[in-house]
Amino acid sequence: MGTFQIDFGARAPRIIGIDLGTTNSLGAYLDATGTPRVVPGADGQPLVPSVVNYPLEGGPIVGYAAVEKLKSDPTRTVYSAKRLMGRALADVQGEHLTYSIDAAASTQVIHLAIGVTPPEVAAAVLRTLKQNAEAHLGEPVTQAVITVPAYFNDAQRQATKDAGRIAGLEVLRLVNEPTAAALAYGLDKRKQGVIAVYDLGGGTFDISILKLHEGIFEVLATNGDTHLGGDDVDQLLMQVALEDLHSEWGVDLSQDGAAYQSLRQAVIGAKHALSTAPAVFLEFAWQGKSYRRELTRDVFDRLITPIVDRTLGPCRRCLADAKVTVGQIDEVVLVGGSTRMPLVRSAVENLFRARPHTGLNPDEVVALGAAVQAGILAGDVQDTLLLDVTPLSLGLETMGGVVSKLIHRNSTIPASATETFTTAIDGQRNVLIHALQGERELVQDCRSLARFDLKDIPPMPAGLPKIEVRFLIDANGILNVSAKELRSGQEHSMEVTPSYGLTDDQVEAMILASIEHAEDDFRERQVREARVEADQILAAIEKAKANAAWETLSPDERAGVNLAINHLLLAYHGGSHELILEKIEELNQATHPLAENMMNTAVQGALKGTKI
Amino acid sequence: MSAGKTSFYGALDLPPLKLSLDLADLEKRFHAASRRLHPDRFARASAAEQQAALDLSSVLNDAYRTLRDPLQRAEYVLKLSGLNIGEQGNKDVPADLLEEVFDLNMALEDAGQQDEVNAARERFVQLRDEIDGQVLRLFAAHDAGAAVLEELRGLLNRRRYIANLISTASGEGIRH
Repeated sequence: MGTFQIDFGARAPRIIGIDLGTTNSLGAYLDATGTPRVVPGADGQPLVPSVVNYPLEGGPIVGYAAVEKLKSDPTRTVYSAKRLMGRALADVQGEHLTYSIDAAASTQVIHLAIGVTPPEVAAAVLRTLKQNAEAHLGEPVTQAVITVPAYFNDAQRQATKDAGRIAGLEVLRLVNEPTAAALAYGLDKRKQGVIAVYDLGGGTFDISILKLHEGIFEVLATNGDTHLGGDDVDQLLMQVALEDLHSEWGVDLSQDGAAYQSLRQAVIGAKHALSTAPAVFLEFAWQGKSYRRELTRDVFDRLITPIVDRTLGPCRRCLADAKVTVGQIDEVVLVGGSTRMPLVRSAVENLFRARPHTGLNPDEVVALGAAVQAGILAGDVQDTLLLDVTPLSLGLETMGGVVSKLIHRNSTIPASATETFTTAIDGQRNVLIHALQGERELVQDCRSLARFDLKDIPPMPAGLPKIEVRFLIDANGILNVSAKELRSGQEHSMEVTPSYGLTDDQVEAMILASIEHAEDDFRERQVREARVEADQILAAIEKAKANAAWETLSPDERAGVNLAINHLLLAYHGGSHELILEKIEELNQATHPLAENMMNTAVQGALKGTKI
Repeated sequence: MSAGKTSFYGALDLPPLKLSLDLADLEKRFHAASRRLHPDRFARASAAEQQAALDLSSVLNDAYRTLRDPLQRAEYVLKLSGLNIGEQGNKDVPADLLEEVFDLNMALEDAGQQDEVNAARERFVQLRDEIDGQVLRLFAAHDAGAAVLEELRGLLNRRRYIANLISTASGEGIRH
């Protein structure tokens, strides 16, 4: 653990901020001066690609190593799993992925054919970020703030929270990505005024309008599309390239996972290059054949115009909901890797009639903001407060399949609403409540959230029982429901059936499985680290034994050192890092006289001008 | 938690049922109370304190959302005073508007009469703005102690009816 540790005594554990992205993820923390900093990984890179390979044997491989596996092991390598979070089979029919989805599994949660669910894939990424943070900070990390797209619905938020739990992280808060970006941005500048955050990532698009006032970050409105991002650009370019290859070579490569992934990476490379170059060559080799096609920025821009245009509708709706005009926006902040595309920048500039602010690293700003929010929760940041909103209206199903709105979109959270329910027929024992999310009028056009069954109503004439149900959207944007019998004032029992997502039992089982692994992993790492330390001291002593100082020790002292070496070697192959560290300490003690003698010899050697 | 009679006013530390409110002052109160009550301030407190923060801040947010909008504020005060505004305003056409509503409907049926529709729309917008002025005067009268809530309810029902006409004339919710 290379870092120097300062003991603050009863200091509370540090909360880290995590940007769990579609393409890349990263962690950040507040340093001793209160400045947010990204967590470097073992390779020094803060970004961890959100890609997980599940080898047939052994644990999952995460990050750049997994990206390498996309080509060699495409069916067992999961990417863009965030697009599947909190979704059901029917939602993802149009996706072209090189891993497959188990069509026979439950309709409420997507199961991948390799036997994992999207929250477990996300948990593998989170675990890597947790380990990176622990290695960098030199302390265990168990609490986190995780960012989600502002337009994520209840099920998608719950799935993200589940992923945190599976990874062994207590998720203290889910923060909306554009809001986190605003925190990082505004904290730095001590800004006041109205800002718009345009966040186009790998898989999701968000627009949020905030008012910054004396440290209060008040979200006025948010809008977006949880299925719109750089992935769509990639899929579009893939379609073009695949058709091209089909007409040139007469083969359909879309079903060849390895070829598809190589082509996909070539396409992504070309997309990235076009952010700065006016034209690039898309190059691809397959079975001795080679393909090369020039792609100019003009052609690229024309291709992706429909995708970029899809972001404009949500922007306009957001402005209307925030009740601000374009002229009242003081600044536009760009977030997300996809805002590097020049067409996106000019579209934003045209719409808001202002030059977007690009001074922040769009890959890091969300994680940095999450670290600021972590600081707020820890009490380290006192003067800043985030007031966020719920992106979607919450409603209940009423007669005729109509949705009656209970909590409107863009209400500041926590937000609540209370409804009183009664019975329609004499002696009725249950009342079923169906909660939905969305802006449309009809049940079929909204997203089912959960069904609540108010049970064990005492038999009474119709209309007499009165059960008050309180719907509360918490600061994470997740719905909590409680019911109370008005007559008795007692909590009323209720059975909740979420429409999508994992059940608590499933999450518990996954936590148990992962804790076993995580503990194994953690212990294994500690043992390995202790062994490295043992190797170093053993090598140093071997060298010292050749030194003249060794001969100056008494026979007892030499025997003591050899005994300590043997003890350490015995502990070395055991599984306990504590024992190894203990034996290292013993050996250190035993070699004290040796070290002193060596110092003396070194001094004498230096005086004589010879090297030891 | 049952809503106390003046809970939205209490949450923002305002005199009960006051109808004329200064929005800048309201925002200041909202921000100050948020700094105190928001769940972020209790992330490491006991479960009971966290629950209390959640409950109190949700009431605070609901209060600010309701009171910052003059119409919602008025409806809230009417409701607390036992004068439910209800939905009847949508069904009963105010007598003095009968003719104009009839003309608007005729114009809407005929695609060629867009000018008439626009003219009707402007007329209704003007009517609405006049009502808004009267509403503000009633707010002041109420705060000064006058018994004007019944009158206010009538005015708000009329305003709601006219607002619906404006959306109809603006092309919202027309079936083709």
